[in-house]
Amino acid sequence: MSTATLHPETAVNPRRRKARKVKELGTSIPLTAFLWLLAAVYAFPVLWFLLSAFKPGSELFQYPLSFLPENPTIGGFEKAWSRFDFMLYFSNTLAVSLTTTALTVMASAMTGYALAKYRDQRWIRVFFICILATTMLPTEVILSPTFIVIRNLGMYDTFAGLVVPSILTATGVFMFRQFFLSIPDDILEAARIDGAREIGIFFRIMLPMSRPIIMTLAIFSFQWRWNDYVWPLIVVGDERKFTLQIALRSIVGAENIDWPLLLAASVMSILPLVLIFIVFQKYVMNEDINAGLKD
Amino acid sequence: MTATAIETARPAGPRQRPGKGRRPEYRLAPFGLAGISIVLFAVFFVWPGSLGLIYSFTDYTGIGTFDFIGLANYEKLFGDPTFYQALTRSLLFAAFSVPLMYVMSLTVASLLVSNHAKGRSAAKIVFFFPWLISPIVAGVIWRWMFGESFGFVNYVATELGANPLAWQTDPDLALMVVVMAATWGGTAFNMLIFIAALKNVPRAYYEAAEIDGANAWQRFRHITLPSIAPTSFLVVLLSSLGAMKEFAMVQALNGGGPGTSNVFLIQYIYETGFKRADVGYASAVSMILLVILLSIALLQMAVNRRRGA
Repeated sequence: MSTATLHPETAVNPRRRKARKVKELGTSIPLTAFLWLLAAVYAFPVLWFLLSAFKPGSELFQYPLSFLPENPTIGGFEKAWSRFDFMLYFSNTLAVSLTTTALTVMASAMTGYALAKYRDQRWIRVFFICILATTMLPTEVILSPTFIVIRNLGMYDTFAGLVVPSILTATGVFMFRQFFLSIPDDILEAARIDGAREIGIFFRIMLPMSRPIIMTLAIFSFQWRWNDYVWPLIVVGDERKFTLQIALRSIVGAENIDWPLLLAASVMSILPLVLIFIVFQKYVMNEDINAGLKD
Repeated sequence: MTATAIETARPAGPRQRPGKGRRPEYRLAPFGLAGISIVLFAVFFVWPGSLGLIYSFTDYTGIGTFDFIGLANYEKLFGDPTFYQALTRSLLFAAFSVPLMYVMSLTVASLLVSNHAKGRSAAKIVFFFPWLISPIVAGVIWRWMFGESFGFVNYVATELGANPLAWQTDPDLALMVVVMAATWGGTAFNMLIFIAALKNVPRAYYEAAEIDGANAWQRFRHITLPSIAPTSFLVVLLSSLGAMKEFAMVQALNGGGPGTSNVFLIQYIYETGFKRADVGYASAVSMILLVILLSIALLQMAVNRRRGA
């Protein structure tokens, strides 16, 4: 929908147009003010947190508090880099997130396609309900049994344990299913008549068409995995294999919190997602795709 | 990658007549496509789910053997005040955070689709930003804001002449900080869902109502709200389920504190299952939580259907 809808009568009478303009300003000013007041409320915690990360430790707790750092420093960041082993946790998280994302996109596309285009087989409909049911039974709810399964599979404290269990997500499958439902079956029939194989149709015709969904799910999945806390918490025991979120939690859970270190490490941990957001904004904030996903 | 492998494995033979020889492939293809997901579903949902149900009737501690003890875990559970505390705290959290989240996301979304507000695309980025921030970091951010002796909020309160509030040592105030942080983090996604729904309300309705003299509130109440009812249902359902599963953010914000006063259900399950190694008992709590989640979903679906009929 276009945002600027012209009212038909505005072009008619200049005097009425002026009156209307005054009236519009009357609604526009308070609405704009309200919008930006709310935006300020939402932005403030992040701003405060970012600015604090550049304050030296002595300034963090020194009254009166100042909004801007008086002696900006990157000491916290240096400490996070050298003493906290930031790079190790960062690369662990990156490896897990990238691998899982690639596998999630592939598995979701294939499953979503099967669920959309072979609906006349009964087990497909049953499996679709099973996938939806997984949203009711998230890992958080069955932590201990899941841990025992991981242990029995020999996946405890391994890279595979961090990756494999998070591949299947109902949201991903659902996004692809909705997309492939919207593609007419005629394309499929035409390809079949031309003698294409079922698997070939998927990889050569259908998958390339779903590019926007691939992009959106890839970004979503990367964000889920990067920010995930529950899986790494139960799968990893060795400190060398920690992901960023677990490592951050270990600083914040300490008896005496090292605030300069914590703030700096937290700021650095969100940078990759901010970068992805800046580059792929149109895929992330695309309401139409997100809405289709929840229909 | 896989595509090329399949192509080379099966060189294109003579073209088959449509219909002939297609059926077995047609039957097998979905198995091949969904196969990975079927295995993952069985291994990481059905298996732990069934184990959880079985363990909830045993005294399993995570190692060695276990005995079936019937309903003893459930009996113990219903007489356990710490369980009731976790349950009521979780429900209280949901009761505060879900309505607040709903109101905030709908307000923000309405402002962002209104033609009158200026700077909407910049504002949208501001509101969306918390989506990028992990629950752990969100907990850190709000803990820093609401620190009792060093936080910004108490500093402003004292500057204005008020008494600093005990954001971390008072259980109810600590819960309020969790509610605020959860709303702040959850607005982004719900806002996007609402924006899509609001854009789909036909403009002609509003124009007709305006001609009939309906004011802004009446238009919102009688046109917007009924038109986006299915979306509202979805947002309320997802946020309630999310609220009952809250865990990571609280871990960083106050660890369920002060003391154990704000331990929610998932943290309770985690602590009994892993720290106390009482897998049987933790599984019983999991089953109760599962029933709660299902009831929330079914209840809201029933309400939604009745309103729709």
